[in-house]
Amino acid sequence: MSESQTTKIQVRGLSKVFGSQPKKALELRDQGLKRPEILEKTGQTLGLSNISFDVKEGELLVIMGLSGSGKSTLIRCLNRLIEPTEGDIIIDGENIPKLNEKELLQCRRRHFSMVFQNFALFPHRTVQNNAEYGLEIRGVDKAERTQKARDALKQVGLDGWEDAMPSQLSGGMQQRVGLARALANDSSVLLMDEAFSALDPLIRKDMQQELLELQHRMKKTTIFITHDLDEALNIGDRIILLKDGEIVQIGTPEDILTNPADEYVARFIEGVDMSRILTARHAMRPVRATAREDDGPRTVLRKLSENGLDSIYVTTRERKLLGLVDADAADQAAKDGEQSIKAILHDDFPRVGPDEPLNNLFAMFNEKSRPIAVVDENQRLLGVVVKGAVLAELAESGER
Amino acid sequence: MAIDIPRLPLGDWIEGGLDYLTTQFSAVTRGISHVTQGGINSLNDALMWMPAWSLIALIALLCWRMSSVRLAVGSALGLALIWNLGLWDPMIESLTLVVIATLVAVVIALPLGILAAISNRFYAIIMPVLDFMQTMPAFVYLIPAIPFFGIGSVSAIFATVIFSMPPAIRFTTLGIRQVPKELIEAADAFGSTRSQKLVKVQLPLSLPTIMAGINQTIMLALSMVVIAAMIGADGLGNEVWKAIQRLRPGDGFEAGIAVVILAMVLDRLTQSFRKTKKAQ
Repeated sequence: MSESQTTKIQVRGLSKVFGSQPKKALELRDQGLKRPEILEKTGQTLGLSNISFDVKEGELLVIMGLSGSGKSTLIRCLNRLIEPTEGDIIIDGENIPKLNEKELLQCRRRHFSMVFQNFALFPHRTVQNNAEYGLEIRGVDKAERTQKARDALKQVGLDGWEDAMPSQLSGGMQQRVGLARALANDSSVLLMDEAFSALDPLIRKDMQQELLELQHRMKKTTIFITHDLDEALNIGDRIILLKDGEIVQIGTPEDILTNPADEYVARFIEGVDMSRILTARHAMRPVRATAREDDGPRTVLRKLSENGLDSIYVTTRERKLLGLVDADAADQAAKDGEQSIKAILHDDFPRVGPDEPLNNLFAMFNEKSRPIAVVDENQRLLGVVVKGAVLAELAESGER
Repeated sequence: MAIDIPRLPLGDWIEGGLDYLTTQFSAVTRGISHVTQGGINSLNDALMWMPAWSLIALIALLCWRMSSVRLAVGSALGLALIWNLGLWDPMIESLTLVVIATLVAVVIALPLGILAAISNRFYAIIMPVLDFMQTMPAFVYLIPAIPFFGIGSVSAIFATVIFSMPPAIRFTTLGIRQVPKELIEAADAFGSTRSQKLVKVQLPLSLPTIMAGINQTIMLALSMVVIAAMIGADGLGNEVWKAIQRLRPGDGFEAGIAVVILAMVLDRLTQSFRKTKKAQ
């Protein structure tokens, strides 16, 4: 889905050295030395080394890595809260590292809104005034910014809390204010720095879900930093894996799970709960036989016995799923001399989309002993999932 | 076997410098003197014009609104005692000097404090200067004040401002530097200019600390205003000074107690300003 999108930000050869002699450190880097050796030889810390990637318009890009991997440095280089040592960051034709102070100010106002790990709300301002901050400093007039801030607060489900002070809110609500402050600003890129890491797990899940919905609605280009792979896999359209200031892998969540670039990534994904990552698509098998809507009961009975089945899906010519016919019902219909199976078609079986996570499928097996039909958005039959296949898929991915 | 090292004429140098300044800038000092004296006179006249009971009532009301009934009653009783002892006029004179000196000190201290918070270089310069200002015995400031502004209240203000200014500068710097880094980042990330950051984030958040500094400044100003009686400043200090010269401990203690009462009222009142600001 992301192939057709245009590029919003291009990052090329971005490096950051912490210390007073960055040139020296970069020279050693170019000779092939790694971060620890450079630190030992020069006392300079190589925070980021030669980072290049694209951010596509409207995508949710996750940058993930453990602490010290340089992810916070990277996101701060984008809006120059930290000055990059070398490299280009091009957004809408402007090269951010080359901007002077005044241009940088305008660039930050127009392009970037940021959400922070510990919320960073202004404690002396009400929720409403916090949400207005970005507009206020841009000189947007009072009526307009009040309206925009209200809209943003509504988006995050905080209407009615405008006059509260941040200290009166729970952590989750505070971060909603943080999000509203960023959204109200109407900038083109949303930077989220470990935005949900300070929240407890349940609220965190909710916030991830809401972010996804919001993202779906508003199509805002979002760069999300996290150290949590589950979170990255859950929300990211694409994921950049960072280690020691270098990119290890860029790819969709599935790329990363199925083709880990190296040992580091593989070790990372070991702990992931595969049942939440793998979907019905991974576990489904092709349907061995289907019946047509104009088949008679005897035809159906023959197909059943040929394939050793006790029930069969009935589809149109275009493979649109109509229902299921059970063997005993077909047998009865044949005995009664019926010409059509329409009367014995029924809907009493589970059906899911191909992106349904496997862990949701378990519950369906408990209710019914029937296999699960996997259909696309046009109700076309794609395949079938039987209980054994789910378990097999999980076991297999665990070994990878 | 004494080694004859010539004595360093440090005092001569300082005197030379001061002489130079006095003669070169006499027009300036006379101007300052004129304006300050005018300020002192009008504030003093205004406070004197009010009947004592009405001022007591006003201060009690302020205490009640800003803090508590207890402070209001305590202040009223204390001030009434001063009135009863016949020390009302000197108390008003001292209060006037404290108010004017504090105003001047704060007006100078705030920008310096802000500058020291923003610029590391300025911080490195001003901190030793503040240490110097605070550790130099207070009376010493009285001496150069006289050639600049002559005997009297203006000299007292000059010495008081120098003596009482450091905490206001220090606390302003401290308050601004204590604003969490994340909030500064947030302000920067949204594209705040330096002055927007200062006015909308740094100053409001450091206000409680700045108020604590101003409270300290007021307390130091009061102590200096009393000492300034030695160079002819009016007020409660002058009553103490007279009592010393006449060897009358009773009078001295009466005036001393009046100073304590005034100090307590000023201290509690300004602390309550700080607390209400914080609670908001």
